[in-house]
Amino acid sequence: MTRNRIIYTAVILVYLVFLIVSFLLNFNPGKEIGYNSASFSMDMLKILPGAFILIGLFEVWVKRETVERHLGEESGIRGYIWAILLAGTTVGGIYIAFPIAYSLFNKGARLSVIFTYLGAAAICRVPMSIFEASFLGIKFTAIRLLVSLPLIIVTSMLLGKYLTRRNYRMTEGK
Amino acid sequence: MYYLYIIAGLAIVVSFIVNRKKTLQAITIAAKRFLNILPAFLTMILLVSVILFLIPDEVISNYLGGSNKFTGVMLASFFGSVTLIPGFIAFPLCGILLKKGVAYMVIAAFTTTLMMVGVLTSPVEKEYLGIKVTIIRNVISFFIALVVAVMIGIFFGELF
Repeated sequence: MTRNRIIYTAVILVYLVFLIVSFLLNFNPGKEIGYNSASFSMDMLKILPGAFILIGLFEVWVKRETVERHLGEESGIRGYIWAILLAGTTVGGIYIAFPIAYSLFNKGARLSVIFTYLGAAAICRVPMSIFEASFLGIKFTAIRLLVSLPLIIVTSMLLGKYLTRRNYRMTEGK
Repeated sequence: MYYLYIIAGLAIVVSFIVNRKKTLQAITIAAKRFLNILPAFLTMILLVSVILFLIPDEVISNYLGGSNKFTGVMLASFFGSVTLIPGFIAFPLCGILLKKGVAYMVIAAFTTTLMMVGVLTSPVEKEYLGIKVTIIRNVISFFIALVVAVMIGIFFGELF
C-alpha cells in the first residue's frame, strides 16, 4: 500500500467509527452527518449503476470512428452542438459527467468538445432547467443559459487548445 | 431519474439479444470503471456530509437574506462553490429567498456556482482531469458565474 492509500483508508475508517459511535451515544452532530451521508449516498446509488451500465454499453458498441467524426478534430461546430445536446440529457450532478467525459475522450472526442460537455452538463440539464424556471422564472433561466453557454464554449476552446498543445491526457484514477 | 433506468434497461436487453458476449463485456467494463472511481466517490460523500452539517440551508439563507447586493453576490458565490445541494432543494430555497427580497443577481451567483464550481466534487474530478486542470476548470467556472450574475443584474434592472 502506498502512503496515500494508508491515509485514505485511515480517514474513511475514522469517519465510519465516528458515525457508529455517534449513533450509539446519541451524539447529535454526528448523527446528522450520518443522515446527510446516507441520503447523499442513496442519491448517488440511484444514478451510478444505470450511468455506468450505459458507459459500458457505449464502450463496446459505439465505434471510435463514429465518435471521432461527430466529436473529434474534424467535427467543427457540430461537435459543440452534440456536446450540449448530450449534456442536456445527462442526469444527476456533474460528478456523473466526468466518467462519461472520460469515455468520450478514450473514443477520440476532442478536448474542447469534452470541456464544453462538462460545462453544459453542469448548467443545462433539461429537467433541472425546467425546474429552475418554475421557481425563478423563464426570463432568469433563459438569460443564465444564453450568457453562460457561449462563455463555456469559448473558454473550452481556449483550454482545449492549450492542453492539446501540451499533450494532455485524461486519466482514470492513478 | 426513471428514464435513465428505462433507457439503460432497454439498452441492455437489446444488447443482450444482439450479442451476448459483447453485453457481458460491457457489464465487466461498467463494474471495473465503477470500482475504480468508488474511493473518490466515498471521499466526496464524506466531504458533502460534513460540509452540509457545517453550512446548512438556514445559514445560507440567513447570510444571503441579510446582506446588500455586492456582499450578497460574493457570499452567494462562496456558498455555491463550497456546498453541493441538489436542485430539488436549491431552487425552492432560491424561490423563498426571492420572496424575501434577495436580488436576482445574488440568486444567479448562488445557483450558477452551485452547478458549475465543485469544491466538494473535486475528489472525483481530479481522478479524471488531474489536479491542475480541475483547478483551472473550477476557476474559469467561477468567473463565468460572476459574469452571469452581472448580466442577470443588468437585465433585471438591479445594477443600473
